Amino acid sequence: MALTNAYIQEKLVEKFNDQVFQFSTDSGILSFESAAENNLKVLQFLYEESSLGFTFLTDLCGVNYPDNQGAELVVVYHLHNFIENIRIRFSIAVPVTKSDVFTATKLFESANWMERETYDFFGINFIGHPNLKRILNVDEMDYFPLRKEFPLEDQTRIDKDDEMFGRG
Amino acid sequence: MEQHSHITLPKGSIEKTTTTLNIGPTHPATHGVFQNIMEVDGERVVSTEQTVGYIHRAFEKLAERRPLYQITPITDRLNYCSSPINNMGWHITCERFLKIDLPKRVDYLRVIIMELSRISDHLICNSIVGVDTGAYTGFLYVMQYRELIYEIYEEVCGSRLTTNIGRIGGFERNFTNTAFTKLEKFLNEYPGVLREFEKLFTRNRIFMERTQGTGGISAARAMNYGFTGPNLRAAGVDYDVRVQQPYSSYQDFDFKVPVGTTGDNYDRFLVRNAEMWESISIIKQAYQKIQEFKGADAEIYHADVPEYYLPKKEDVYTKMEALIWHFKIIMGEIDLPKGQIYSAVEGGNGELGFYLISDGGRTPFRLHFRRPCFIYYQAFEELIKGGMLSDAVVTLSSLNLIAGELDA
Repeated sequence: MALTNAYIQEKLVEKFNDQVFQFSTDSGILSFESAAENNLKVLQFLYEESSLGFTFLTDLCGVNYPDNQGAELVVVYHLHNFIENIRIRFSIAVPVTKSDVFTATKLFESANWMERETYDFFGINFIGHPNLKRILNVDEMDYFPLRKEFPLEDQTRIDKDDEMFGRG
Repeated sequence: MEQHSHITLPKGSIEKTTTTLNIGPTHPATHGVFQNIMEVDGERVVSTEQTVGYIHRAFEKLAERRPLYQITPITDRLNYCSSPINNMGWHITCERFLKIDLPKRVDYLRVIIMELSRISDHLICNSIVGVDTGAYTGFLYVMQYRELIYEIYEEVCGSRLTTNIGRIGGFERNFTNTAFTKLEKFLNEYPGVLREFEKLFTRNRIFMERTQGTGGISAARAMNYGFTGPNLRAAGVDYDVRVQQPYSSYQDFDFKVPVGTTGDNYDRFLVRNAEMWESISIIKQAYQKIQEFKGADAEIYHADVPEYYLPKKEDVYTKMEALIWHFKIIMGEIDLPKGQIYSAVEGGNGELGFYLISDGGRTPFRLHFRRPCFIYYQAFEELIKGGMLSDAVVTLSSLNLIAGELDA
């Protein structure tokens, strides 16, 4: 039986009830969210449940939504089932003041550097990570550059108008 | 051991039985700016720590302030051995996101360019593996034929390494007859060269002994480490984005996905060589399909998307509509739809993914590049542990690490 988005959703809801939510199929990929503390349970279920088999972590990255109070930082996992050739997107949100997320390195070796990168750029603290330190930026850096509060350009410049780019 | 009172040695340095060896950041054994801090016991590698980020340029942050078309030159600088694939991957992401359908001829032209760049990518990687095992000849020999590929790029887009080739919706101009002549020249000459290149290496005793059984990885470990592309296929998993999620009409082409068994340096070499043969076949098929277009169809080189594709310059001077679109595109005044997309293409060294989130502004809210070699370089320690130092050098080049992609 071919694996379908509807079946994955059904299985997830059956296992986690209302712990998984916000299902949508944006551009064909099933996306859903869960509470931050459940991320490992969900990932492990997706990995180990034989009818799902999401054993390949394609991508892990952070996103910063400064306006979402209490859920400013988001970690997005893209998982892939090679055999059924189906992708899903799973995300969790944490507040910027307490950005603790369990590490996925026990399940996926590939998560190691991707989590380091996410820490490096967003300051998300991956609990249990074997070597959580900066990877692309210099160790002395004292800010997390991909957060929206860090502007790209020199703020003392007045000759450039941000509004031109749709961001006031 | 007795310690002299006037010399203070770091704690533990007397008992230490291994040597710390610092290779890089710039070192002839590392093709690119990589650093490896290795613990070696004699010539055996005990452990290593890879340092990356020396040429980090904050592409993801830069992309948050650029309209879509200005992001293309950024993608050039990821895997700069096959820039056109990155460019096309980005255009395809935008087109999927904006729901733009492309004419078949554009797809086929893109396939030609992408497969040419796959050949140039694999060619560099394989010949560099040759260099690291002591055979410089192959590298210098095939370099001439990469030049032929670059001349085709030059004819199509005007540049060679960082190509910025194509636009959202198609190509900036139609392929000239010269471009096709150069393509024919390449298709005629290259197979013979590749055969000779294979003759030089594939059954070469020294090369086989240097590469077989070194840097190997099992299929399960490779998947766990997030391997994609030739490196994963060398371990025996036939995952290829071109087949699994066809883009740019790859479903119209007939080609094989070569796989290896052991995932070692030799298998990676063989898989890349086999892929070059497949690429030649794909280019021939695409060229044939292009020649079948007649009349007005044979002149199509872009889709009709005035919001994203720059109008002709003479129209800008004479037509109101064209002038407006020209202005809006250049000033980046076009609002994107809301939403998010993950789109991937088969890059030179694996699945190159673009994760684009738009909040309805004029620039991406967030753009993340899934860079294959950043992900699989993590496995380097496992690949070389317990092996000889000189094999580690071969493994490094056979993984096809490109510093630009690694560091984004």
